[in-house]
Amino acid sequence: MLEARLYLLQRASAMLLAPLVLAHLVMILFAIEGGLSAAEILGRTRGSLLWAAFYGLFVTAVALHAPIGLRNILREWAGWRGRSLDLATFGFGALLLGLGLRAVIAVTA
Amino acid sequence: MQDTANGEEMLNVEIWRGRDDGALQTYCVPRRASQTVLDVVTWVQRHAEPALAYRFACRVGMCGSCAMQVNGKPRWTCRTHVSRVAEDGHLRIEPLANLPRIKDLATDMAPFFEKWRDARGRHVPTRTRHEPMATVSSESPARKAADAGIECINCAVCYAACDVVGWDETYLGPAALNRAWTLANDERDADKAGLLRAVSESGGCHSCHSHGSCVEHCPVGLNPTAGIAGLKRMTLAALMKGAL
Repeated sequence: MLEARLYLLQRASAMLLAPLVLAHLVMILFAIEGGLSAAEILGRTRGSLLWAAFYGLFVTAVALHAPIGLRNILREWAGWRGRSLDLATFGFGALLLGLGLRAVIAVTA
Repeated sequence: MQDTANGEEMLNVEIWRGRDDGALQTYCVPRRASQTVLDVVTWVQRHAEPALAYRFACRVGMCGSCAMQVNGKPRWTCRTHVSRVAEDGHLRIEPLANLPRIKDLATDMAPFFEKWRDARGRHVPTRTRHEPMATVSSESPARKAADAGIECINCAVCYAACDVVGWDETYLGPAALNRAWTLANDERDADKAGLLRAVSESGGCHSCHSHGSCVEHCPVGLNPTAGIAGLKRMTLAALMKGAL
């Protein structure tokens, strides 16, 4: 039951994203308040398992959540249906996951 | 409201004539006390436009056949008083939205009822007629949930009011899903798994955005949105248990 699974995945990823987005925004506000440089930020994130796990989870949740929502929007507003839509939105999810994980690795590895 | 030479109050009524490529035509209809929108349409057919096609049967809000768009909103016309909906003595009456048009105010209801079938709206019994009748407690939570949804008169007002139906022609719609919800809560129904599978297909209960237009417009005060939310919970529980 693809629709029910997608529905569950989107809700579950939204529940994960809610606290992650809040933590992300709060952290940005605090991090730049004292005028941290890129080098100083990298100094804190490089080699940190905690930040790798936090943003790894963040990116994974986004890569699940966004394509499912986009699929619904394209179905309803553009009338796009069928396998081509599934493949296109799956590809979008894979792209988000790939780019996101690349960025996570770049700042934490 | 218009006044004629003899002082009679008149309504300015626009009615859709033709099919998709038709147009609104204007009629002057005498205003009457306790007049319903269906009375107005009937007056036009009897006195001004004998070829006007529209549908009605019981005239008392039971049969669900007279629904039309009145000033842009779907309504059961036999129970909608002109005094409640006329804007400065003006009425615009069009065929029900989200359904194929046949002629004038008559729509093809086939897609609406086909979706009842697709939502597994047919009761699958647990017993035959040769067995004693099932005893169902009216106090059980499931029966109360079913009772809350069973008074649907199949008028398709919710179907016409639903944004998602307008966007996605595969969406089953509030009425069919409300029917499925009543069956899902009926302990005499033998195929819950089949029902939950039917409403989990593409265009099923998970497509609902919970806008609540069906609740807003349902003439008999049902809450299909709540039933659809219930189906979402039920299908997710079945999915987790591997029963979907």
